[in-house]
Amino acid sequence: MVELRGVHKSFGSLHVLRGVDLDVGRGEVLVVLGPSGSGKSTLLRTINHLEKVDRGTVRVDGELLGYRRSGDRLYELREREILRRRTQIGFVFQNFNLFPHLTVRQNITEAPVHAQRRPRAEADALAVRLLERVGLADKADAYPGTLSGGQRQRVAIARALALEPKVLLFDEPTSALDPELVGEVLSVMKDLAGGGTTMIVVTHEIGFAREVADTVAFMDAGRVLELGPPAQVLDDPAHERTRAFLTKVL
Amino acid sequence: MTLPRIESAPARHDEGPAPKVVPARHLLRWPAALGVLILLAMAANALVTNPAWEWDVVGAYLFAPSVVRSVLLTLELTALGIVLGFALGTVLALMRLSPNPLLSSAAFGYVWLFRSLPLILQLLFWYNLALLYPRLSFGIPFGPGFFDIGTMDLVSPLAAATLGLALHQAAYAAEIVRGGLLSVDPGQREAAAALGIPRARRFFRIILPQAMRSIVPNAGNEIIGLVKGTSVVYIMALPELFYQVQVIYNRNGRVMALLLVAAIWYLILTTVLSIAQHYVERHYGRGRA
Repeated sequence: MVELRGVHKSFGSLHVLRGVDLDVGRGEVLVVLGPSGSGKSTLLRTINHLEKVDRGTVRVDGELLGYRRSGDRLYELREREILRRRTQIGFVFQNFNLFPHLTVRQNITEAPVHAQRRPRAEADALAVRLLERVGLADKADAYPGTLSGGQRQRVAIARALALEPKVLLFDEPTSALDPELVGEVLSVMKDLAGGGTTMIVVTHEIGFAREVADTVAFMDAGRVLELGPPAQVLDDPAHERTRAFLTKVL
Repeated sequence: MTLPRIESAPARHDEGPAPKVVPARHLLRWPAALGVLILLAMAANALVTNPAWEWDVVGAYLFAPSVVRSVLLTLELTALGIVLGFALGTVLALMRLSPNPLLSSAAFGYVWLFRSLPLILQLLFWYNLALLYPRLSFGIPFGPGFFDIGTMDLVSPLAAATLGLALHQAAYAAEIVRGGLLSVDPGQREAAAALGIPRARRFFRIILPQAMRSIVPNAGNEIIGLVKGTSVVYIMALPELFYQVQVIYNRNGRVMALLLVAAIWYLILTTVLSIAQHYVERHYGRGRA
């Protein structure tokens, strides 16, 4: 479903991604671990073209994202086409990034109505279903500012799901939350994973990785150092760096 | 490992019911309030009892048709200056924020030039444009013109005033709008882009309404400033409020009374605008505490 080949990305002289290859199959959950500055977030952001890659290819469901291939060259697509392909990818941010001047319902229906041109009534019905799914059916007319951090992140997940995306990306979804609010967000994510949603999750929640992930990737200094089932990567890591990281976070 | 036991609560000094709180007394407040009241009464007395203010003349001219017409012209100039100024200012702000260096330096140059020149100088400049370019021609740049027109016919005093006010206002508006756009969390732009929302919709539905929270108070300042600022167009003999009262007092010699008429109208206009600003701010503040 998601396929990265030889992805490189630099910010000025800082070489953040140094040739990343990854594959995530339909319905699979990939959890990406790694120290801060290892390129996890940048990796996630290249998948929906929030960051342009310098080299390499990113495919979602077989389609190149942001580029059109002709011979041995990649031509960047026009904005309209990039936006259409982006609607196949849901993105959940660390800081939620809900629109504070719109109600919860408006936050959720904005993209289906204005990016996917779906009828308003259909989008409203979808918002109701999604809010039920994340346990916030009574908050449709609330403004994000009146919600707790955990509730905001659950709305943000509902907003990403409203695109009915082929894959959901999570960028440290629980890092900005008070400890007692982390559980409610993780449980929504577990439900999604159980329901067969394809997910790539950057997180420091090792427990979540162990319980939910099909594959765990450990990133360090812009490379995927280790890749495998959770039991292997978390309990019997092959690399010294992985072991050192795990002893710190566990 | 054991932790030392912490004393559960500080020793209580007093048993029995909770004590009543007595606020501190501010003994100087009363004399101070009295002093202010006396000063206000003196001011009111001076306004009412001195016949030189000529309140009857003020009353006679406050709603005189020529004065009311001049108030309408003042409002018209303000509205044109603000609407055109902010429209151009928004374009300039977007140019300034553009990654294209030519666009951004052009916007910078505009703001630099029009903030540097006094408004009154600019107005005279537009007013006398015909001295520089007697005829204006429209057509292909550096190529043939399709038609041309006398500058005096195109740039009437009203057009020169509108042009001057709008171009001057645009320089300030550009900075206000730019500040507003920069105050919006970059995550908002990113979230909207990640949702695939088209560019124009992103700007008008997501970014601009949030920028308005910091634009409106500054824009309010500008609008109120411009209501009074329109008075400088009197040098072009446009019958706005300030020019009109001068015309009248030059005829009848009732200087103070007519200045008071102008003062009362300016107060009314700015009061109405301040109230409107309060509601506009409340609208854009929705969803926040």
